[in-house]
Amino acid sequence: MSVFSSRLLRVSIATLLGISLAACGSSSTAGKTSASSETLNTAFPVPSGGELHVYNWTDYLDSNEISRFESETGIKVILDVFDSNETMLAKMQSGATGYDVIFPSDYMIAQMRELNLLQNVDVASFPNSVNIKPEMMNVYWDPGRKYTAPYMEGTTGIICDPVDPECARIKSWHDYFTSTSPKIGALKDQVEVVSAALRAVGVKATDLCTTDRAQYVKAQNLLNSFKPSIVESDGGLERLINGTNTVLQIWNGEAHRARSKKPDLTYIYPSDGVNQWADNMAIPVGAPDLDNAKIFINWLMDPKNIAAESNYTGYDNGITGSDAFMNADVKNDPAVVPPADVMGRITPTPNCSQDVRDLYTQVFTTWTSQL
Amino acid sequence: MTVAQTEKAKTKLKIEGRPGQTSPWLASPTVIFLFAVIGIPLAITVIYSLLDRAKIGMGVVWTFNPKAYKDLFVIENLDGTTGLDTRYLKVMWNSFKYSGITTIVTIVLSIPIAMWIATRAESKRNILVAAVTLPFWISILIRTYGLRQIIDDNGPIGWIMHKVGDANYHIIYTPIATVIGLIYVFLPFMILPIYASAERFDFRYAEAAYDLGAKRWTVFRRIVIPAIRPGIYAGIALVFIPALGSFLQSDMLGGGKTNMIANVIALNFGQARNWPFGCALSVFLILITLLFVWIIRKLGARTGTEVKLI
Repeated sequence: MSVFSSRLLRVSIATLLGISLAACGSSSTAGKTSASSETLNTAFPVPSGGELHVYNWTDYLDSNEISRFESETGIKVILDVFDSNETMLAKMQSGATGYDVIFPSDYMIAQMRELNLLQNVDVASFPNSVNIKPEMMNVYWDPGRKYTAPYMEGTTGIICDPVDPECARIKSWHDYFTSTSPKIGALKDQVEVVSAALRAVGVKATDLCTTDRAQYVKAQNLLNSFKPSIVESDGGLERLINGTNTVLQIWNGEAHRARSKKPDLTYIYPSDGVNQWADNMAIPVGAPDLDNAKIFINWLMDPKNIAAESNYTGYDNGITGSDAFMNADVKNDPAVVPPADVMGRITPTPNCSQDVRDLYTQVFTTWTSQL
Repeated sequence: MTVAQTEKAKTKLKIEGRPGQTSPWLASPTVIFLFAVIGIPLAITVIYSLLDRAKIGMGVVWTFNPKAYKDLFVIENLDGTTGLDTRYLKVMWNSFKYSGITTIVTIVLSIPIAMWIATRAESKRNILVAAVTLPFWISILIRTYGLRQIIDDNGPIGWIMHKVGDANYHIIYTPIATVIGLIYVFLPFMILPIYASAERFDFRYAEAAYDLGAKRWTVFRRIVIPAIRPGIYAGIALVFIPALGSFLQSDMLGGGKTNMIANVIALNFGQARNWPFGCALSVFLILITLLFVWIIRKLGARTGTEVKLI
């Protein structure tokens, strides 16, 4: 779940403007030996031209990098974009074929695997899989990395503008939900809002999928007194820059971009816990260009290549050694790479069962209907 | 040809149909198209609303379950008790309120504009009508985004409101912003049908009324309004009904706080992943829309004007 989620708007605008990264494709030279393919072992496929159909979030791949991949491998990339995990799931579940590489988030992978939508290609056996960060290896959605390779990862925290006196006070989600700042904003994302409220009422990170209704009652009561000026996942950057919002629940990549324009903004890792999401690369069942999909995923596990994507998106990634190639303003931003002292607060975004999701929906709908 | 023969030929024509009428089968592409793009999706919506949701992933499983309709009105509270669920009724009421205000404001704005256009010279009229349709050349999304820049605190209108009024006064991300967005988008749909009626209006009637001593307001009320009434009814149908199902304005301008029914439907197809309930809400909206189509037709019939929706 990235900053780009639920962004029908961005997708539509991109479509309307006719922005298609595929259209920016360079004149690819088929059969050209790439630098990275020299490191491939014999079992791993060697580029031999053809096509690759990528299904990704909007604005989540650098078109210059795609061009470079095309000229290095001779594979032509055709890009399609989605605005939320749910949009992507609905499409894949309806039997859409023709995609070779998709970019689902953590919780979505767990479900897509249950629905048998992903291929076990043993990503851990890919040559560049040695670069996967140790902590990103045994993740709950794919222990041992059989189905997926890490892409970007990030956190959901609070950004604060020091012009707002509340800024000095807010240290936790509880402080955030009880804030009286007139320029406070929340994400329009039920998992992020409700899990933050649960953390604020004292639910432990490991219990965020609790079935104890009393906890949801507490979260609901806290939320009912919380009246933000806006509930919206899009455009937070503009609102921070022009001063419409001074306190905002935000994805860290957007926080990074806002901070690069307004450096006195602070990104807060709330003391009662922070959700971490991770987007991944996976190969769906029925991918027409399986070998090219493997080559692409392997290519993006190269520290230099993934670093270029981090520089583009403003998010950290799951590849060791990539920081050497990351721009200083990205890797030195505490909003992008969490400082050591907050690491203990960061836990994966909860992936709850349908019944628990319904409780989240109920709390969220009740809250938004009385704003 | 004798007179009798001509009469006979006419009778024969009547039996075969009106002059120019051809085989009804020629309509089949249209009928098939409408069935495919309206009939089938509608059937899916109704059927899905009566099924169980999938336990994992998206969609439905094929077991009959009318729970979605119960969920429209009955809430199972977090503490385990049940009660009347006012949330969706409230959102529905919001939709009505915003659409109703939009309809009234667009009528008030459109009558003078339409009358003014209708009284210009014919060459000018065509240019003016083209100007009214000009916004259709740009995507509604882009226009709404543009409007957001204008009424934003840093945009021209937001800035003036700041300078003139209270520093904490905002238009953007309020219900007013939602309604402004709706008015802006739907105004042409009111102007055009009213203009179509006004254009046919014979202004000599108005002159005659003046000659007979009627005051301005009386002329407007007794002569002009009845003449353009079909246009107003058509405009109401073209504005109120689509406004009821609007999504974008409350999402982009209302700051996610002024929910309309379409926003709740979207939530259920997305994050909440409850397709049957999303479908039940859609059916609820369709039924209310049909009720309004019926009311507008009745109003039209009572005043002897046929209301055409297209």
